[in-house]
Amino acid sequence: MSTIPLPPSRALRWIAPGLVVLAVLPWVVEPYQTTLFSYGLVMAIAALGFNLLLGYTGLLSFGHSAYFGVGAYAVAMIVKYFKITSLEAFIVGGIVASALISALFGFVCVRYTRIFFSILTMALSQVLWSLAFKFFWITGGSDGLRVPTPSLMGVSLPPREDKMTFLAHRYYYYVLVIFVVATAVMWLIVHSPFGKALQAIRDNETRAEFVGVQVRHYRWVAFVVSGTYTGLAGALWVPLNGLTTPDILHWTFSGEIVFFTVLGGFGTFAGPIVGAIVFNYLKTFAVGYTVYWQMFLGVVLVTLVLALPTGIMGMVARLLPSRAKAPAA
Amino acid sequence: MDTLIVHVLTALLYASVLFLIAGGLSLIYGVMRIVNLAHGMLYAFGAYVSAWAVGMMVARWPIGLLYTLLPLGALAAAGLGAVLEPTLLRPFYRRAEEYQLLVTFGLLLILADLMRLLWGPYPLSASQLYEALGSLTIGDTIYPNYNLVVIAVGALAALGMWAFVYKTQFGVMLRATSQNMRMAQALGINVNRVYIQAFTLGCFMAGIGGAIIVPSQGAVLDMGVDALIMAFVVVVIGGLGSLQGALVGALLVGVVRELGITFFPEIELAVLYLMAAVVLLIRPAGLFGRP
Amino acid sequence: MSLLETTRLTKYFGDTHAVDRVNFSVREGEVLALIGSNGAGKTTLVNVISGLLEPDAGTIRFREADITGASIHEKIVVGIARSFQLVNLFDKLSAMDNVALSIFSRQGKTRRLFSLADADDAVRGEAAEILEQFGLLPKAGVLAGGLSQGERKLLDVAVAYALRPKLLFLDEPTSGVSTREKAPIMDIISHVVRAERITAVIIEHDMDVVFTYCPRIVAMHQGAILADGTPDEIRNNEQVTANMLGTDRHA
Repeated sequence: MSTIPLPPSRALRWIAPGLVVLAVLPWVVEPYQTTLFSYGLVMAIAALGFNLLLGYTGLLSFGHSAYFGVGAYAVAMIVKYFKITSLEAFIVGGIVASALISALFGFVCVRYTRIFFSILTMALSQVLWSLAFKFFWITGGSDGLRVPTPSLMGVSLPPREDKMTFLAHRYYYYVLVIFVVATAVMWLIVHSPFGKALQAIRDNETRAEFVGVQVRHYRWVAFVVSGTYTGLAGALWVPLNGLTTPDILHWTFSGEIVFFTVLGGFGTFAGPIVGAIVFNYLKTFAVGYTVYWQMFLGVVLVTLVLALPTGIMGMVARLLPSRAKAPAA
Repeated sequence: MDTLIVHVLTALLYASVLFLIAGGLSLIYGVMRIVNLAHGMLYAFGAYVSAWAVGMMVARWPIGLLYTLLPLGALAAAGLGAVLEPTLLRPFYRRAEEYQLLVTFGLLLILADLMRLLWGPYPLSASQLYEALGSLTIGDTIYPNYNLVVIAVGALAALGMWAFVYKTQFGVMLRATSQNMRMAQALGINVNRVYIQAFTLGCFMAGIGGAIIVPSQGAVLDMGVDALIMAFVVVVIGGLGSLQGALVGALLVGVVRELGITFFPEIELAVLYLMAAVVLLIRPAGLFGRP
Repeated sequence: MSLLETTRLTKYFGDTHAVDRVNFSVREGEVLALIGSNGAGKTTLVNVISGLLEPDAGTIRFREADITGASIHEKIVVGIARSFQLVNLFDKLSAMDNVALSIFSRQGKTRRLFSLADADDAVRGEAAEILEQFGLLPKAGVLAGGLSQGERKLLDVAVAYALRPKLLFLDEPTSGVSTREKAPIMDIISHVVRAERITAVIIEHDMDVVFTYCPRIVAMHQGAILADGTPDEIRNNEQVTANMLGTDRHA
């Protein structure tokens, strides 16, 4: 029975062609589309991190914008104070900073569950948001901080190449590779004994304790991993956006992360990825359509929770012929 | 001495409004075991409706009459609550808590934009009502009389709530339902009606908070979320589900905030969160709360 | 030599002495029943010993070590495990995963983030063996939430057993199960307990089960131990029969 466990064969049938499509994307569509899709991939990384807490550990955080923002601002600080513009440095900086903050915030938050946990996470991210304004001489206040195009593995943007092409090609592939690696690592984590322990905690906290799993500690580790993933996403996002502002620390952005995870289906592994990518397009459409797209999101969220709580992937699972086995929870 | 009095009054002012918001939140939780993440929006809604009503009539009515428009905000918030509970919240009582949080979060997003839709992105003001009452002199400082009104309203509300919950028939039903819903049901109490009434009452309180503070601070788009977070700090300290707790918590937060602003203006917010964190660490259920 | 010994163990709930200065001891290798009418304090006693509740007074010693203030985790490490009256399982995990988790935890492997749980053949093998012992192997891949009540009761015990404890508390392992299923369930449990020579304390209401499977019976009443002896001694103890008259012979 010793196999290198792969995702269910049904999923494999989608993954291989999917990767091929992703690989040739920049050659097939115009740069704008590729870049737009990159945003989706970045958000997917954030969603994967977020769902480790929600789908696998049973903790609903409304404050994940904090870690995304910390990752993004860490990048901006690296540029501003160290004058370094290598993407590798950005990534390391983003990961380290968000790991530290999520370790700190997590330590406080995981002592509580449910409502208290949720509101506490929201409150802490609002604290960071207000600090971004208060310490405007460091963070650039409401104007934010600009971040120039970074060098990728030492190769900078050639003077004659335009930024759009650069983003659509080199940067896209870089993000794609990180996305694939991040997804694979997260897949490993949720299928590890640690991942099983988290699911046990989600299903029955008391029993988990009685089986020897120290609930608080495991929750904290999950929180740190979750925050770090989201911070990595933040670090990858800034060069795409060119700029980081306090908006991404605000609770409304946390809400977006919650939203696209629920949209995709927080009960599955792939749900958050699908949700993030779909949401990316949904938001682009909605923002162009109306100024009140937050309300639109709210309505969709309420509808989702009322009518389709398992999200897109849940619906997909119901439509496809089932294999009658225990799903990879 | 005079500055001390002013500080105390300012603390009481903040505490009054906080009590109204947090008290509403706690009442709802105590009876129905739900936390409405959009609760702060009811407070904001109350503020906006009142400010809007005053703004509509300010040119035509004498100032004295304008004050009668303030309660409109509270009534509007109550009305909104009465509509929301049976439609959006009731389907979720039997479901996992995450879903309740998700749906009230969706509601938060909707109401936030709804207010922007109705009243635009700029603050609404009703400052005429604030200034019209004049001020009194305490030592070297001038203190607005309106603030005293707010404190009085807060105190009345606390008294009113206490009387209502402990001295009326409805209050008995409320307490029975909150302690044991099934038993209350078995005894013939119409639990659905109690729920909608409790929720409406909670929203009404939040609405009063918004309505009463709007002459002083205006109605601003972000006030809802800030209020929710502050109310949360209060119920963490005071305990979710306890009105006394909301009162004590509100007073504590008011005092600490005042101290913070006076001595450490930069980190005032952090001090409050620190306080909440400390209380959570020592007594997770808050000072008066039920775990 | 006693494996577990409590001295004047007390737990109050308000004014009620749920557990009132109880001196309770269990010898290694024993299988004993803890009986008493509802409210006698049996489950509370187990809750205190296993760490779910903190005692208000008294001590608990496990093999001469004082574990009165120990955390749940420490007590498990020391070798105490328990099952639950109201089934407590990981409903969205398979039966196999439920048992495997105990094994991973016991072996300290739950700290591992970067290895695949399903690839650990040793653990899965052991989990399969345990499921087999409990008659649950055919249902290994079924989610715990989807098992029948009797299967869930057995799985609940299996999960505790997979910790390979030295002392196992079973809280009403046959409650909520049809009369027909009780005997098979108790047979399995008792067989496993005897075969592995686990010290077991079984809380039970069903006197048939108690008299059949348990060589020693401890009767509680209103928080205190009323009697302690063999089935015959207990059957003939007037105080016990008087107080148990309120209890059915069948749960």
